[in-house]
Amino acid sequence: MRKLFLKSIKSSTRNKFSTYIMVIAFFSIAAILVEAGILGSLFKGLLVPMCYYIILAVSLNLTVGILGELSLGHAGFMCVGAYVGGVFSILTKDIITSALIRFPLALVVGGLAAGLFGILIGIPILRLKGDYLAIVTLAFGEIIKKLVQNIYIIKDVTGFHFSFATSIDTSTIDSESKQVILNGPMSISGIPKNANIVIGVILVLITLFVIMNLVDSRSGRAFMAIRDNRIVAEGIGINITKYKLIVFSFSAFFAGVAGSLFAHFSTVDPTKFDYNLSILILVFVVLGGIGNIRGSVIAAVILYALPELLRSFQNYRMLIYAIVLIVMMILNNNEKFLRFKERFTFKRLFAKKHAKEDA
Amino acid sequence: MSFLNYLISGLSLGSIYALIALGYTMVYGIAKMLNFAHGDIIMVGGFTVFTAISSFQFSPAISIITGIIVCTVLGVVIEKVAYKPLRNASSLSVLITAIGVSYLLQNLALLIFGSSSQNFSSVVTMKPWQINKQLVISGETIVTIIVTTAIMIALTLFVNKSKPGKAMLAVSEDKGAAQLMGINVNKTISVTFAIGSALAAVAGILLCSLYPQINAYTGQMPGIKAFIAAVLGGIGSIPGAMIGGILLGIIENLSKAYISTQLADAISFAVLIIVLIIKPTGILGKKITEKV
Amino acid sequence: MALLEIKDLCISFGGLQAVQNFSISIEQNQLYGLIGPNGAGKTTVFNLLTGVYKPTSGSITLDGQGISGKSPMEINKSGIARTYQNIRLFSNMSVLDNVKVGLHNQIKYSAFSGIFRLPSYWKQEKLMNERALKLLKVFDLEHQSKNLSCNLPYGKQRKLEIVRALATNPKLLLLDEPAAGMNPNETAELMNTIKFIRDEFNIAILLIEHDMRLVSGICEQVAVLNFGSELTHGNTNEVLKDPRVITAYLGE
Repeated sequence: MRKLFLKSIKSSTRNKFSTYIMVIAFFSIAAILVEAGILGSLFKGLLVPMCYYIILAVSLNLTVGILGELSLGHAGFMCVGAYVGGVFSILTKDIITSALIRFPLALVVGGLAAGLFGILIGIPILRLKGDYLAIVTLAFGEIIKKLVQNIYIIKDVTGFHFSFATSIDTSTIDSESKQVILNGPMSISGIPKNANIVIGVILVLITLFVIMNLVDSRSGRAFMAIRDNRIVAEGIGINITKYKLIVFSFSAFFAGVAGSLFAHFSTVDPTKFDYNLSILILVFVVLGGIGNIRGSVIAAVILYALPELLRSFQNYRMLIYAIVLIVMMILNNNEKFLRFKERFTFKRLFAKKHAKEDA
Repeated sequence: MSFLNYLISGLSLGSIYALIALGYTMVYGIAKMLNFAHGDIIMVGGFTVFTAISSFQFSPAISIITGIIVCTVLGVVIEKVAYKPLRNASSLSVLITAIGVSYLLQNLALLIFGSSSQNFSSVVTMKPWQINKQLVISGETIVTIIVTTAIMIALTLFVNKSKPGKAMLAVSEDKGAAQLMGINVNKTISVTFAIGSALAAVAGILLCSLYPQINAYTGQMPGIKAFIAAVLGGIGSIPGAMIGGILLGIIENLSKAYISTQLADAISFAVLIIVLIIKPTGILGKKITEKV
Repeated sequence: MALLEIKDLCISFGGLQAVQNFSISIEQNQLYGLIGPNGAGKTTVFNLLTGVYKPTSGSITLDGQGISGKSPMEINKSGIARTYQNIRLFSNMSVLDNVKVGLHNQIKYSAFSGIFRLPSYWKQEKLMNERALKLLKVFDLEHQSKNLSCNLPYGKQRKLEIVRALATNPKLLLLDEPAAGMNPNETAELMNTIKFIRDEFNIAILLIEHDMRLVSGICEQVAVLNFGSELTHGNTNEVLKDPRVITAYLGE
């Protein structure tokens, strides 16, 4: 019995470590190749986005794959993280001068704000299921996007000036000390661009550590029980509300962290956080394998990089992407293809070789 | 402009949403899938009519018929090629495939027509109707409301009275049982996609006549709005889609007029959320009791 | 005092009286049968007992504590566990994990300890594994602990469902047609298993069953439902001889 216990722990730990090592190895090699000039600057610019897309995909997989609730509003949480994290950095630029302290704080603050939204949105929609939940999360994502596009904040010596839906009357503002923080659809300007690949990879590792350990624990089993059969899970004493909210808040928290990372890397354009982005992340999750965390990492890297690297094909790249998407979904649900695939996996080939040797 | 004016233009926008929502709701009822590509059929319909008029110099009537035929065929082909192989797959796989089809249609349109918007010349030749000084109703609005009302009546009669219509109801109720009763499920699904796509084509033509611009993404937002309308009314319910669509159009127009143009979409979405929180299956949705 | 006391339990679904004025009491350690023709409302009684449905009127008392109207989660915590007519396992989870979910409220640690692998995680997780494997061993399932539960053969899935229910440490176990789909040999084995559970875990069992050999073989008391109302209840042998019961099953 003890042996079985140790064995089961070992296999899950091995699985996790191989994921960490995969991430570290990939980004180290990529960084070295970029430094050595083998991979061009185009690829270099993709490394940090890869990090936030991995975080987004892994955190969405927690909701969709582990808890089994379809969400189409992940971009909304990223949006909250980007805005709150970005504004935090602008406001504290003069107080906390060291980016080494300020930036991690901005990441955490962005994540916490998004996590709070996750709970606030989660409570009213606990009763909803399946497609209804999907459409409501989509609606929430779009509402968040619209709201942030209508916030105006200007700071001057007299303090902060807020406005909603209409821009601030600049005649009342001291023009000497005026600092525009949020300017409605024009968004945020002046966020220090602190993000780099090292911080990105560290964040990816932290996300993986937290989410994989959470899934492989008492709480994780509760999530999966709710996914497999909510009524039975409740009948064996699992608090559905509590565990759903845990998932919503963790998922939103990490989306917020990814958003904050994004805000410190490129220009924040609020129209970017629409349902198309949520769907893109969902595609990563589905193609990487529902509930498969490592699959989400791999899918995020490949599916993000592919269209970017195909830029030379300009007009055809998204067309190719669409066709790949449809063909992959059809093949993945085709029994003949699955059997064919099974026959040619490495494991099988290897096993056959052994069997022959034994004979 | 007067309140009545906003209300009437809201009604015409809402009727278009309702036409699109009908397609969503019928497909959902029958195939239990969210057909995300449905909105892009609108765009295809619009572009077909645009090309027929501007490149082939067809008359508006023939152009409209061409548009409807192209969309109907396209809808059936999409179902056969992309969705049929996934009949037994998870709903998420089907959703992603539908998204793939949506990308495909958008990017094909981008390749053919480029990324800039084209000017669509209205197919409606009716003159505006001047009731009094404040109240002027455009020909497009009148035609939209008349056409939609006619289609809704016809569709209701078709579903409730005709044999293929009843087959649709039976398949949406219980696919297995319908099959055992001798209903050809594959054919019924094809018919549903054909009708849904034809309605989307009509909606596309009306939409492009009301707002005379067209590009590859024209169908996206109306598609999402119609999806919201279908859910608002109770997805799977035909009268629900009609009510949801019209309600959403009116809410959108009135909030644009009296609250904020910027926030109109957010308000429509908020209404959906509030309705679903109060009634989790929409206005006319059936209450789902979980079997234990 | 009786373990479970049901008094005048009623529920109606939009005018249809699914169960009316149902009253029985089950003693500690008793094996109690609930029989009746199809559609008599037996599973509805289970759903009322476990909080899936809220009764229209009437009371349910477990160990002196009123439980009617409480949520399924609270009712499970106060000591009722069940199996389902159509097997309902967590099919994408391993056999072992199915049992460990059952132990959810028995052996606890916080999500925080789980994430950071604090000592309580290791200690409690080890305890959980030991307890789960011990339970599986009792039912001869320990060699399949790593399999996905959906890959088990039918009979073992039924057993696993019982193990999962037992893991929640109930005072009363509800079995919904445990012998459905079993051949006579398997049913005989099941009868031994049910008696064994009662003695080993020292709990009361209420079971719905159509197989009269099983009911007369192990149940000490039995209640008969017909069209939602109670026909009779009492000593098994006497009840099964009651002409009213025979009419209910076979017709006039």
